[in-house]
Amino acid sequence: MLIWIIFAVMTGAAVFSLLWPLSRSGMTAFADVADATSLYRAQLGEIERDLARRLIAPTEAEAARAEAARRLLRASGEQADPAGETESSLRRRRASSALALSCVPLLALLVYGAYGSPGQPDQPLAARLQADPSQQDFALALTRIETHLANNPSDGKGWSVIAPVYLRQGRYDEAANAFASAIRHGATSSETVAGLGEARTLAAGGVVTAAARESLVEAVRLDPSNARARFFLAIGKEQDGDVQGAIAALRTLLADAAADAPWSMTVRQRLARLEAEASGGDLAALPPAEQQVAVRAMVDGLAERLKAGGGTLPEWTRLIRSQTVLGDKSAARTALATARERLSQDAAALAALDALAVELALRETAP
Amino acid sequence: MIVEIGHFALALALGVAVVQSVVPLWGVARHDRALAGVGSSAAIACFLLVALSFAALVVSYVRSDFSVENVAANSHSTQPLIYKLTSVWGNHEGSMLLWVLILTLFGALVALSRRSLPVRLRAGTLAAQGMVTVAFLAFTLLTSNPFRRVFPAPADGQDLNPILQDLGLAIHPPLLYVGYVGFSITYAFAVAALIDGRIDAVWARAVRPWTLLAWVFLTLGIAMGSYWAYYELGWGGWWFWDPVENASLMPWLAGTALIHSTVVMEKRDALKVWTILLAILTFSLSLLGTFIVRSGVLTSVHSFATDPARGLFILMILVFFVGGSLALFAWRAPLLRQGGLFAPVSREGALVVNNVFIATACATVFIGTLYPLVLEMVTGAKISVGPPFFNATFIPVLVPLLLVLPLGQSMAWKRGDLLGAAQRNAAAFGLALLVALATIAMTWGGPVLAPLGIGLGIFLVLGALFDLGERIVTRASGWSAVLSRAKGLPRSAWGTALAHAGVGLSVIGIAATAWSTEGIGVLKPGERLTSGRYTVVLESIQPRKGPNFTAEVARFQIFSGSRELAPVEAGKRIYTARAMPTTEAGIRTDGLSQAYIALGEPQGDGAIAVRLYDKPLILLIWIGAIVMSLGGALSLTDRRFRLAAPRRSATAQPVAVQPAE
Repeated sequence: MLIWIIFAVMTGAAVFSLLWPLSRSGMTAFADVADATSLYRAQLGEIERDLARRLIAPTEAEAARAEAARRLLRASGEQADPAGETESSLRRRRASSALALSCVPLLALLVYGAYGSPGQPDQPLAARLQADPSQQDFALALTRIETHLANNPSDGKGWSVIAPVYLRQGRYDEAANAFASAIRHGATSSETVAGLGEARTLAAGGVVTAAARESLVEAVRLDPSNARARFFLAIGKEQDGDVQGAIAALRTLLADAAADAPWSMTVRQRLARLEAEASGGDLAALPPAEQQVAVRAMVDGLAERLKAGGGTLPEWTRLIRSQTVLGDKSAARTALATARERLSQDAAALAALDALAVELALRETAP
Repeated sequence: MIVEIGHFALALALGVAVVQSVVPLWGVARHDRALAGVGSSAAIACFLLVALSFAALVVSYVRSDFSVENVAANSHSTQPLIYKLTSVWGNHEGSMLLWVLILTLFGALVALSRRSLPVRLRAGTLAAQGMVTVAFLAFTLLTSNPFRRVFPAPADGQDLNPILQDLGLAIHPPLLYVGYVGFSITYAFAVAALIDGRIDAVWARAVRPWTLLAWVFLTLGIAMGSYWAYYELGWGGWWFWDPVENASLMPWLAGTALIHSTVVMEKRDALKVWTILLAILTFSLSLLGTFIVRSGVLTSVHSFATDPARGLFILMILVFFVGGSLALFAWRAPLLRQGGLFAPVSREGALVVNNVFIATACATVFIGTLYPLVLEMVTGAKISVGPPFFNATFIPVLVPLLLVLPLGQSMAWKRGDLLGAAQRNAAAFGLALLVALATIAMTWGGPVLAPLGIGLGIFLVLGALFDLGERIVTRASGWSAVLSRAKGLPRSAWGTALAHAGVGLSVIGIAATAWSTEGIGVLKPGERLTSGRYTVVLESIQPRKGPNFTAEVARFQIFSGSRELAPVEAGKRIYTARAMPTTEAGIRTDGLSQAYIALGEPQGDGAIAVRLYDKPLILLIWIGAIVMSLGGALSLTDRRFRLAAPRRSATAQPVAVQPAE
C-alpha cells in the first residue's frame, strides 16, 4: 500500500512541475529580436573594451564595429513576433494541462504495470543472509556453505555436510570431490566413505567401478552394518554377472535390517527382480533373438564398467571371453590390450592373459 | 521498494518526456511563451526522475539485490565495491540507463542556461531533445529494462565480464556517453533552428559551448578506451580499426569539423547550412554507432547481450531521427538566409579546407566500416576491412590536412595572406624538417615513413607554439608587455594552440609505434628476454588469490640497457564465477616509452611463455589526446563575444599583430 502512496506522490510532483509554468501569466509573446540585438550590442561594447585594453588596433576596431553595426541593423530590421491572443492562448494552456494530466500518469501506469513488481520488497544480500536460517532459501544456504568452504578448504565437517546435498542434486562429480575432501580432512565416518562410493558409482553412470568398490569395502570395514555400502556392493556383484552372490548379499542385508528401514523397499524390489532373472527368467528361457540382445547388453555393461577404470583378472577374462563368443574379435583385442595395461604390475595376471589370448586365437595382434 | 520506486520513476520520466517533446514545440509554433516554458521544467523534472531511477539501480548493485535480474546477471557478491558500482553500466540495460541519464542531464542544463539562450531556441531545442529522450526511454523500458525482477532471487550473481572488471570501466563509458549524448544537444539545436527557420550568430554562439563540451568528453572517452584496450587486451595494440572503435571515431571526426565550422558561423555569419548539416550528421553518426554496437550486427566486448528486437528498435530510432532531420533539412534549409561569401585565402577559407578534409576522412571510415556489414547482409560474403584499407585511405586524407593546419592557424580572418602565413611557419617547418632528417639519419634502415611522421608532429607542435608566441611577443617590448598580452589573449586562442599541439603530440606518438619491437620467449625463473631497449628477467611465478579471481603472477626485473627499472608484475587471472581468463599486462613506464609484458601459456615444466614489447614514445598518443581536450576545455571557458576583424599586414601596422578572437 505504502508503495502506491509513494507512486501517487511522485506522479503528483511530476505533473505539478509541468503545470506550474502554464499557470504563470505574464509575457505571452516572445521578444526574440531583443536576443539578437542584445548580442550585437554586447559585441560592440566588447570591441570598445578591447580597444581600451589595446588588444586590437584602432583600424581593426573600426572594421569590427562596422561589421557588428551591420548585423545589428539587420537584426533590428526584423519584425517582432505578433503576440498571441489571450483567448486562444488560454485554450492552448488548457489543452497542454490536459495532456500533462493524462499522458504522464497513464504512460507511467501502463509501462510500469507491464513490467513492474509493485508487491515485491527489495532483497539486498546482507538482509537475506541475516534472516533466520530456517527462513532462508535453500540455494542461498548452499552458497553460504560454498563460500565458507572456498575460504576454509580444510573444514572436513563442512565438506561432509555439503557432499550429500550435491549427491541429491545429481551433481555426482562435485559430490565425489566433496566426499573425498571430507575424508582427506578427517571426516572418515563409514557413512562418508560409503557416500564417496555411491557418488563415484553414480558419477560413472551407475557402474560400481573399482574405485567405488574400494570405498564401499572400506565403509563396510568401518561399519559392517552400513546398508548403503552393502547395497552398492551387491549391485557391483550383479554387474559382474554374479547374480547369485548379489541375491545372497541383498538377502542378508534385509535380514540384518530393521523391518521399517526406509530403504528396505528399494532393496526388496531389486532382490525380487534379481530372483526373477535367476530362476524362471533365466536367459535360456528367452527366445534366441532376445537372448542375444540380453547377453550383449550384459557384456556391454561389463565392458563399459571396466573401461571406466580398474578391473580384476577374472572380470577381464570374462569380458574377453564373452566378446570372443559374440564374435566381436576387435573389441576383444582392445579389451585384452587394456587389460594388459591395467594389470601390467601383476606378472601372473599377464601370463594368464597371454594364455587366454592363445586359447581364443587373439594372439596375432598381441605384442 | 527502492527498486520499484526507481522503476516507476523511469516510467514517469517517459510520460514527462512526451510532454516535453510536444508542448514547447506548440509554443514555438504559436508564439506562446507559457507553453514554451513547459520545456524547461519538463526537462528538469525528467532529469530528476531518471536520476532517481539511476540511483535506485546503483543502490541495488551496491546492496547486491539479486532479485533484480540485471544485478544478478552482471555482478557478484564478492566484487569489490568499485566494481559493483561500475557494473551498473558494464552491461546493456544499465548502460542504456546511464545514456538516458546523461541525455536528460544535458536537457536540464539547457533548461537552466536561461541567460545565454533565446527563449524560442531553447524551447525548440528542448522539444527535439525530448523526442530523443522519449525514444531512448521507450527503448530502455520496453526492450532493455534494468529493473526486471526475478523470483526467487538467485543466491549469487553471475559476475561481470572479467575484461570489464577494471578501473577503465569506471571512466571510459561515462566519458564516451557524455561525448555521444552531448552531440544530441547540438542536433537538437539544429532541429530547433530548422523548425524555427532562423539561424544566425546567436545560434552559433549558443551551440558552441555544447559542441566543445561534447567534443572534449568524446576525445577523452576515445583516448581512454584506446588506452584500456592497450593494457587490458594483452597484445599491446592501441587502435584496431574495429567497427566499434570506428563507430566512435566517426562522430568525433564530424564533431571536430563541427567545432571548426561553428567558429566560422559565429565570426563571419557564413557556412550556416553546412554547419546545420554537420550538427545533424554528427549525432546521426553517434546513433549509427549505437546501432552497430547494440544491435548484434557485430560481436565484441561492447555488444553485451544481443537481441534482434533491440536491433530493430534501434534501427527504427535511427531511421526516425536521421531520416526525419534530413527531411526537415531538405525542406527548411533552402529557406535559411545564406551567409556572406568570403575569400578562399583567409582563416575561414582554411577552416573550410579543414571541413572538407575531415568530412572526407570521416567518409572513408564510414565506407570501411559499413561496406563489410552491408555486403555480408546482402550477399552473405564475409570480408574483412582492416588496417590496410584505413592506412591506404584515411591517412593520405589526414596528412595533407595536418600539413596545412599551421598555415590556416596563423592566417587572418577575411583577408588572409598565404605568403605571410608560409613565412610565419617557415621556422617551424625548417626545424621539423631538420628533426625528421636527423631521425632518418639515426635510424637508417628502419621504417621509412616514421621519421616523416615525427617531423609532421613536430611541425604541428612548433607551429602552434610559434603562432602563440607571435601573438604574445612583440618587437621592442619588455616582459611585462608580453605578460599583459598573454593575459589579454583570449582563452580560445590558447585553446586552439593547445589542441593543435595535442594533435602534433599524438602524431609523434603514432609515428613512433613504427619502431616498437616484440620479443617472444619461454622463460623459467632466472631466465631473460630482450626486446628493443628492454631486457626482463623472470624472478618468480606465484599463485595469488583476489576477491573474485585466482591469478598466476609473474614478477620480472626489468633493465633498460644497464639501468634497472622498478620491477614489474604481469599476470593471468581466472575469474571464478564465469571461469573466464584474462591477461593482466605488466607495464613499466620509462619516460614517455613503455615496456609491456604479456604472459602466455604456462609450459608445464615451470616455464611460461612471455611476450615483451618495447613501445617507444607510446604515451604521447594519449597525452596528445589529453592536451587536445585541455585545449577544448580552455576554449570552453572563453565566453567572449566573437566577431571577425581583419588583421592588417604586419608591415602596415607594426604594433598590432593581435587579432580579436
